Amino acid sequence: MASSMLSLASAPPSASLSSHEIEKGKLNLGNSSLCFKKDKTNPFMKTKSVGRISMAVASNVSRFEAITMAPPDPILGVSEAFKADNHELKLNLGVGAYRTEELQPYVLDVVKKADKLLLEKGENREYLPIEGLAAFNKVTAELLFGADNPVIKQQRVATVQGLSGTGSLRLAAALIERYFPGAKVLISSPTWGNHKNIFNDARVPWSEYRYYDPKTVGLDFEGMIADIKAAPEGSFILLHGCAHNPTGIDPTPEQWETIADVIQEKNHIPFFDIAYQGFASGSLDADASSVRMFVARGMEVIAAQSYSKNLGLYAERIGAINVVCSSSDAAARVKSQLKRIARPMYSNPPVHGARIVASIVGDATLFKEWNAEMEMMAGRIMNVRQKLFDSLSSKDKSGKDWSFVLKQIGMFSFTGLNKAQCDNMTNKWHVYMTKDGRISLAGLSLAKCEYLADAIIDSYHNVS
Amino acid sequence: MSTASTCATRCSWWDHVTPALKDPISAVTQAFLADPCPYKINLGVGAYRDDEGKPVVLQCVREAEAKIEASNFLESTSTALSSKLVEESAKLVYGEDSDVIKEKRFAGIPALSGTGACRLFAEFQKRFYPESRIYLPDPTWSNHRNIWREVHVPDRTFRYYHPDSKSLNFMALMDDVKNAPDGSFFLLHPCAHNPTGVDPTDEQWREISSLFKVKNHFPFFDVAYQGFASGDVEGDAKAIRIFLEDGHSIGCAQSFSKNMGLYGHRVGVLSVLCNDKIQAMAINSQLQQISRTMYGSPPIHGISIVSKILSDPDIKAIWLKEVKVYLVSSFFFRFCTLFDFHYYKDDWTDSLSIISKCYKVMATRIHRMRVILREALERLESPLNWQHITNQVGMFCFSGLNRAEVYLLEKEFHIYMTPDGRISMAGVTTKNVDYLANAIHEVTACDQDAKILHNTDAYKINTDIRFTSLGTSKTRARGMNLAL
Repeated sequence: MASSMLSLASAPPSASLSSHEIEKGKLNLGNSSLCFKKDKTNPFMKTKSVGRISMAVASNVSRFEAITMAPPDPILGVSEAFKADNHELKLNLGVGAYRTEELQPYVLDVVKKADKLLLEKGENREYLPIEGLAAFNKVTAELLFGADNPVIKQQRVATVQGLSGTGSLRLAAALIERYFPGAKVLISSPTWGNHKNIFNDARVPWSEYRYYDPKTVGLDFEGMIADIKAAPEGSFILLHGCAHNPTGIDPTPEQWETIADVIQEKNHIPFFDIAYQGFASGSLDADASSVRMFVARGMEVIAAQSYSKNLGLYAERIGAINVVCSSSDAAARVKSQLKRIARPMYSNPPVHGARIVASIVGDATLFKEWNAEMEMMAGRIMNVRQKLFDSLSSKDKSGKDWSFVLKQIGMFSFTGLNKAQCDNMTNKWHVYMTKDGRISLAGLSLAKCEYLADAIIDSYHNVS
Repeated sequence: MSTASTCATRCSWWDHVTPALKDPISAVTQAFLADPCPYKINLGVGAYRDDEGKPVVLQCVREAEAKIEASNFLESTSTALSSKLVEESAKLVYGEDSDVIKEKRFAGIPALSGTGACRLFAEFQKRFYPESRIYLPDPTWSNHRNIWREVHVPDRTFRYYHPDSKSLNFMALMDDVKNAPDGSFFLLHPCAHNPTGVDPTDEQWREISSLFKVKNHFPFFDVAYQGFASGDVEGDAKAIRIFLEDGHSIGCAQSFSKNMGLYGHRVGVLSVLCNDKIQAMAINSQLQQISRTMYGSPPIHGISIVSKILSDPDIKAIWLKEVKVYLVSSFFFRFCTLFDFHYYKDDWTDSLSIISKCYKVMATRIHRMRVILREALERLESPLNWQHITNQVGMFCFSGLNRAEVYLLEKEFHIYMTPDGRISMAGVTTKNVDYLANAIHEVTACDQDAKILHNTDAYKINTDIRFTSLGTSKTRARGMNLAL
């Protein structure tokens, strides 16, 4: 029986009905005892018309009929919309990828050098250990905590190479889910869009703490502290180490101290996402000061790192998850469990990005060059902020205070524009940004500051 | 206000975190690396080595890299490269001329090698068939179970390997496929089964495919060794082509770790066949969403190498040649088995000379090592049957050694392999094969439970009745649920 059905299966698939027709019930399906439970129709039988003859053809109708399109990613969706726009004045201020003044992607010189060195060395492509490249893990922890930090010397940091910030966050989320079932992660309102998705898929509950104050276009510090205090003891508090995404608003050093106090009081765990080390102030060391302060207090800390922005290694997916523990024994155990989570995800992490970072950070000359390029990139953004602020202040006669542009730090600026105003930015001015009012200054050139200022002023005043 | 608690006084948050069990495969490598013995051998992980025991970077990989520019870092190029990789990989596995390719009736996404592709599929399966299970062959790669368990999809096994005959347990396999509930998800190895090296014949695949049709099962293929089993990429995809001919809608996890030697770059593709382009888009969007919360996207370096190799005809030709030269040819194996009967007699030298002529013509390194290892064991007059060393296909040899013997090999001889007795033939070289054979002979001859092994006359009785078990029921007839 099976063979006769199979012989009919060789009818050209172009004669097959679309899933649309099948759903509409135009398909007259044969009966069979081989019904797949989930489908009402028999997925095994499908009638086809070949000429005027209908044949019962055995072919497996896809069992994924019911699958709908997933919603587009809000951030990456912006770039796609931008690409589709043909207007000559269009401006992409969506994704946080660094661009030069000419608005071209920038491959750091230091990365080109490292890449060339690797090519010449002709290294093998063997599997890395599950925890990643040892040389990379060493330098990444030193870069974040400082090479002389006692936590490193005492081997109290569990460091595992991860796939950029996302991958590292996911490893930590899985660890939390496994060892702190029911514990919540508190994320800032707003935060990077993918944070909630990561915790959702890792089945870790989360809630928000107040962060952005639209009235001041600054930090709602009291709200933040109150919400952290109110959280159940033993919650994980997700903090942006520097250059908060999307607002660009960072706590001051004094505010950081208070945040640390409250976290210690409530016995929470601080969980840092450090995606912009170097991009905030231009100094790699200075940008790590918040994390280092927490660690210096003897607190146990989780910290996810990414080299996507500061080394421009977006596409190579290189980062790390660090867990600072109170003992080297705990660190060893935690590391073993992080490895156990990584193995059924991807077995071992990719080698190329790790080698690049290890060769740059591990070589004194290259590291120095990187510091210089970092300063240059951060510097360009600071210049752009200044120019934007100047343009806004001179063009806008309403007396609105635009100084937040200068106070905010890092790649992004939270303009305070609402959704309708953002739509106006895109529809009228062809300025692409995320709907929460965030613009990526890394995508802005000095030449375009005046145009952007016009767009912002128009949207702010003329649209509600 | 700020109380700086010292580390000494407070407990760790992580006190309740126990040390994880070591992954059985990477634990072997770790132990090997930690061993200072100068003549140690690593037969653990399945990564190809040359006769010096060194990893090999294929020429096609070097050529591809030379052509790749640093402009890979552009996001737009990344998207184009990812699409190219998916397109070319689909052609490779489904066949350039297949309808599936022509009509673009597949969803595909780059993945973090085979592991990542399996994980994406497992997540996808859980999301859209939350009550489903996965049927895994017994035995299978140890990480398969971890992957599906991680996403809370329960697994069942179907019988596959017959430990006594060291071959496929086809009747039992068909039985288990039949008895599984209709519409079950099955994971299949289309060639070079890991860890056994035992593959169904084309005819057996056809029967399996027919039964799958009747039962409406979903076949998911883990394609880790395309090109590695026979040296022929088309031939190694035969099982998949058979299923395609039969109209199955399948899923495939492809890995380029072994067949392009790109282990550390984590390059693979997950593809799922669909009804049409619209459904393909929907599935793609779901798969992308799943990967975005795990790691974003896979690293571009590996993606650009593979898409270059597959899409540049000159470089692809180099690759196809290298796959044949370095890797295994199954024709040679089948040729070998014709002479197997000689091995039971004393005049194995004749058959050996015939075979050595063959392998001078068709020699590939892993082949040669299989033959030499088997020869060496027989020269030592091992009472056991080592036929399976040359019968099995691919990178691995399922030696039949038990845990106690594996342990002895490690402790006494500094030879490392996974506890299930799986040997990675890639770790065997002309320099170490004699030492390896001697060691295996020592530990099997000294088996405490099987004193009978010392009495070769008793074993000859066994061979006369064609009983090819490697030992007593007590030591050998263990369940094959090994290191899963």
